[in-house]
Amino acid sequence: MALLPYVVAIPLGAAFLILLVGRRFKASSGVIAVSAVFCVTTLSLRIASMVATGKILCFKMGNWQPPFGIPLVADGLSALMLVIASVVGLLVTIYSVGYIRVYTDRWKYYALMMLMIAGINGVLLTGDIFNLFVCLEIASIATYALVAYGLEDESLEASFKYAVMSSVGSCFILLGIAFLYSFTSTLNMADMASTLVSHRTDKVVYFVSALFMMGFGLKAALVPFHAWLPYAHSASPSPVSAMLSGVSIKVLGIYAIARIFYNVIGITPAVQSVIITFAVLSMITGAVLAFGQKDIKRVFAYSSISQIGFIALGLGISTPLGLTGAIFYLLNHSLFKSLLFLGAGSMERITGTRDLSKMRNVIESSPLTGYATLIGALSISGIPPFGGFWGKLLIIFSCLQAGRPVLAIVAVGVSALTIAYYFKALVPALFGNDAAFRVAGIGGKRITFAMAAPMAVLAVLTAVAGLILLPGTANTLLKGSVAVLSSGIGYAESIFGAIR
Amino acid sequence: MTVYIMCLALFSVGLYCVLRKRNLIKIIIGIGIMEYAANLFFVLVGYRAQGRAPIYAHDQVIEKMVDPLPQAVVLTSIVIALAVTLLLVTIAMRIYEKYGTFDITKIDKLKG
Repeated sequence: MALLPYVVAIPLGAAFLILLVGRRFKASSGVIAVSAVFCVTTLSLRIASMVATGKILCFKMGNWQPPFGIPLVADGLSALMLVIASVVGLLVTIYSVGYIRVYTDRWKYYALMMLMIAGINGVLLTGDIFNLFVCLEIASIATYALVAYGLEDESLEASFKYAVMSSVGSCFILLGIAFLYSFTSTLNMADMASTLVSHRTDKVVYFVSALFMMGFGLKAALVPFHAWLPYAHSASPSPVSAMLSGVSIKVLGIYAIARIFYNVIGITPAVQSVIITFAVLSMITGAVLAFGQKDIKRVFAYSSISQIGFIALGLGISTPLGLTGAIFYLLNHSLFKSLLFLGAGSMERITGTRDLSKMRNVIESSPLTGYATLIGALSISGIPPFGGFWGKLLIIFSCLQAGRPVLAIVAVGVSALTIAYYFKALVPALFGNDAAFRVAGIGGKRITFAMAAPMAVLAVLTAVAGLILLPGTANTLLKGSVAVLSSGIGYAESIFGAIR
Repeated sequence: MTVYIMCLALFSVGLYCVLRKRNLIKIIIGIGIMEYAANLFFVLVGYRAQGRAPIYAHDQVIEKMVDPLPQAVVLTSIVIALAVTLLLVTIAMRIYEKYGTFDITKIDKLKG
C-alpha cells in the first residue's frame, strides 16, 4: 500500500526542510511543522479507516519480497496507535507554536520534534526488527535533545541522565536482536515468528526475552527501570513532556513489548508473570511517590509510571478482556496525560511557578486551562462518565475473570490512591482562593490561542473517549488491535498472507 | 566460544563503567564500550571460519563467505552510537559550564 511510507517520510522531510530554511525565515518553521503533522494525521486517519475494514496494509520497500527487504505493515494495532500518536502529535505541535515563543532558536525545536514523530511512526509501521531499533533510536535521540532544549541546569542534568539510561537500554535491545538473528537468521518479524514457533522453550529465547524486557521496560519506564522518567518529564518543555508521556513511552515501550512478546516470540506464562510483577510494582511505586511531590509536573510524571503499570497489567493478564482494557486505557491515557501536561505548561505560564504550594486560583485567572486540567484529572482518577473509569474497570474485571483477585484488589487500591493524590495536588491549585497569591509570581502571562485551542480539543476528546466502547468505526479498530494481539504468533501467517 | 565470552565480558566492563563511575566523561566512555561490544557481537554472529569478504563478481565461484547482513546492520548501529556519543559529550560540556564539575553525584538539582 503506497500510503504507508509517507507517514514516515513527511515528518522526516519536514525536519530537513526546517533545518534548511528555518534560520533564514523564522516564521516558516512552525508553519512547516504544523502542516507536516497535519498531513500525517490525515494519512493515518485514512490508513485507519482502511484497516478498520479488516485489511492489513503492506508496503515492500524497494520491492523486495519478504523475508528480504524491509516491509512496512499496518495492522489493527499499528493503525490504532498511529492515529493516537499523530492526533496527539498534531495538537502538541500546535501548542508548541504558542509555548516555544519564549525560547531562542525555535526552528531547531521543530526539526527535532519532526524527527521524533518520524521515529515514532517508523516504530509503529515497521515489520523489521532492526528497523524498529533504528526508528526507536531516531525518536530517542531527538528526545534527548528536546529534553535539554531549555539549556537550564536542570534540563541538561535530566537530559544527560535520561540519555545514559536510555542508551544502556538500547544496548540491551541491540544485543537481544543480535541473539535473535543468530538463532533465526532473519530480521523480518513475521519470518522470525514462524521460525521461533518450534523453539519457544529454548534457553536462547528466554535470554532474549530478558534482554528485551530490560531494554523496552526501560523505554516504557516500568518500575525497576523508571528512574529517568521523573527527571525527563519535569525538566523538559511542557509540550515535550506531553509527547514523552502521551506517546513516547507507550509506543517505544508498551507497543514494542506487546508486538515482540505477543507476535514474535509468543507469550508464555513466565513472561506474563514478569510483566504482571513489573506492572504491580509500577502501579504501587508510582502512586506512593506521587504523594510527596511539590512540583506539578513531577506529580504527573509519577502518575504516568503508575498508569503505565495499569496498562502493563492488562497486557500481562492477556485475556481478550485484559487486552481490550489495556489498549483502551492506553488510548485514554495518551489523551488525558498529554492534556494534563499541556495544562501544567499553561499553569506554569500563568502563575510563573511549577511549585504546587505557590500555585493558586488557576480557574479564576484562566478558566479554560483550569477546566481542561480538571477534565483530565477527573478522567485519570476514574470518575464514572469519563474513559479512564471504563478502562480501569475493564482491567479490574479482567483480573477477576482470570482468577487473580489479589491483583484486582491492588488495582482498586491504586485507583483510590490516584484520586487522592490528584485531589491533593490539584484542588488547592485550581480552586484555592488565596488573596496572598493573587499577585505573586513573575508569571501573569495570558495564554495564547495556539496554546488554548489544543487544550480545548484534547479536553473534548478526553470527555468523549469513553464512547469508543460503543459500536462504531473506532470500536472496530479497538477490536482489531485486540485481535492482532490475541492471535499471537498467528501474526506471521496474516502478514505473509497480506504480502503475497 | 571464547571469543563470544570475551565479547560479553567487554559488554560487562562497559556496564560496570556506566554504573560505578562518577565522572561524566567516564560514563560516556562506558556507553561507548557497551555499544562497541554489542556491535562486535553482531559482527561475530555473521563470521564464518576462513570466510571471505561478501563481494560478488562474475567470474568467481563463491565457496565460503561471511554473512553480509550483520555488517550492513552494524554500520547503521555504529552511526547511531556516534550520534548518541556526540550528543552526550555536548551535554556534558554544557553541564560543566553550568555546574563547574564532572562529578555526577554533585549534579543533583533534581532531587525529590
